[in-house]
Amino acid sequence: MRDEPLVLGIETSCDETGVGIVRGHTLLADALASSVDQHARFGGVVPEVASRAHLEALVPTMQRALDEAGVTLADIDAIAVTSGPGLAGALLVGVAAAKGYALAAEKPIYGVNHLAAHVAVDTLEHGPLPEPAVAMLVSGGHSSLLLVDDITAGVTPLGATIDDAAGEAFDKVARLLGLGFPGGPIIDRAAREGDPASIVFPRGLTAAKDLAAHRFDFSFSGLKTAVARWVESRERAGEPVPVNDVSASFQEAVCDVLTAKAIDACLSTGVKTLVIGGGVAANSRLRALAGERAAKHGIVVRVPRPALCTDNGAMVAALGSHLVKAGVAPSRLDLPADSAMGLTTVSVPG
Amino acid sequence: MLVLALDTATPASTAALVEVTPDGLSGVTERRTVDPRAHGERLAPEIAAVLADAGRRPRDLVAIVAGLGPGPFTGLRVGLATAASMGQALGIPTYGVCSLDALGRAAGPGRVLIATDARRREVYFATYADGVRVAGPEVAKPADVAALLRGAVGDALPAGVLIPGEASVSGLVDRAAGEGALKYGDVFGVPVEEHLLYPPGAALVALAAPRIREGAPSEILTPLYLRRPDAVEPAARKPVLT
Ligand SMILES: [Zn+2]
Repeated sequence: MRDEPLVLGIETSCDETGVGIVRGHTLLADALASSVDQHARFGGVVPEVASRAHLEALVPTMQRALDEAGVTLADIDAIAVTSGPGLAGALLVGVAAAKGYALAAEKPIYGVNHLAAHVAVDTLEHGPLPEPAVAMLVSGGHSSLLLVDDITAGVTPLGATIDDAAGEAFDKVARLLGLGFPGGPIIDRAAREGDPASIVFPRGLTAAKDLAAHRFDFSFSGLKTAVARWVESRERAGEPVPVNDVSASFQEAVCDVLTAKAIDACLSTGVKTLVIGGGVAANSRLRALAGERAAKHGIVVRVPRPALCTDNGAMVAALGSHLVKAGVAPSRLDLPADSAMGLTTVSVPG
Repeated sequence: MLVLALDTATPASTAALVEVTPDGLSGVTERRTVDPRAHGERLAPEIAAVLADAGRRPRDLVAIVAGLGPGPFTGLRVGLATAASMGQALGIPTYGVCSLDALGRAAGPGRVLIATDARRREVYFATYADGVRVAGPEVAKPADVAALLRGAVGDALPAGVLIPGEASVSGLVDRAAGEGALKYGDVFGVPVEEHLLYPPGAALVALAAPRIREGAPSEILTPLYLRRPDAVEPAARKPVLT
């Protein structure tokens, strides 16, 4: 194990400041600071608030990760950092810090793709990933289906949301039900006490005419509006809103579409492994339904534990470790932060 | 004692190496790129370049001095994140200096207005007498700066009274420096030192030299934001039924 590369990963693409350390594919440390509480009253992440929080949190979070792993920066073989996609100002704090660490400690730096890192993190928990695999990444910032040919070199986008991200829909519905922020865990909890079949909400982009152009794409904006209409007409009629039933029915609509399309992506590509990542992967109904449907087709579903599904530094370190092992050339010190980084770039070439 | 100075509070990304001796400064190497959108890309290569220019390595550094702004937030944070992470990695202290003070110090004797571009048609500014800050730093519209200055320097009017329309600060300061002074030169109506637009690395180090010499404790590099984040709490939800 001593021969395995010791890689540090830095993540600041949204509201979590993460520093992870891995040796090969063994997780040694995963330190996290979150500014989620500072965004709650705004009902969503405020980029400037997130950027300020990253700057404050980076040095202490790094120290916690180093202490937890029992290593120093001098011991590290390579530094990986999320260079995109994400919030531009937030990314820039992590990229600037990563360059400072790399420069000072005279180590190579890898600017990596946040979405590819969400896939790579699963190898820390479940070992090598059979390739090709299909990955579904669902969070407040992204909703994508990908074909993973080679996690160090090639990821092919199959589809993505055409409007709101899945996690965003959870946040918005939680807000209109007066449940708080972030919406995912709260809706999940409320849904357990509700009847998912009580209200039939629309399944976006699943009609035959939509499937022709958007077979693997998602749309959650219409669903959110449908929930708002339903709740409002209840309120106007002076009737109580059955929060648990609305939560369960909304959640069922989201999970139905996500899993149906993910399984369809596996079947159409002949892939037998489905990896699910992103904050929404922590949703209990999504995990259950994906497992049920995959089992029918002999597809294996891999979902990392919740702490590794949400944004963190370990995922960036995990991808960095794959890149080092594959002999991929590091990025250069003029590495940019790229808020719209495409999936064809797994790491920024040197 | 080899010291690295960084500043990204203006469109310039500046990296400088300065040797601090018991009674002065010497051996300045400086690199600078002027591009308001390129701090994130340019600063780190400049640091590598000044070290290479001087034939030194990061481990030769004994301290890092960083300009704390005020300045546009995104670029400003690049310099401070870089300084803080390098300081942590090297186990050396970091010291913060107001970026406007570096310009004020470099401007030398006399009464000087330092102004840098704060975007949104405003400037970050401060005033200096013989290199020492008298008022500021603050952020304001150029036309309001003059009025604020009258109060600050004890003119007949009480402090803080705004006199729109009478913008010239001539008589209150002899001259101005900083890229904001150049941009709004017609508003301020005083001579602008066009060679002094961005905070010089040597001036940053000069301001921190006493702390460096006495080995003062490392400082957390907190930006001088001067403005709150733009964020509004959502209003009551809009009805979707019509
Ligand atoms: Zn993410």
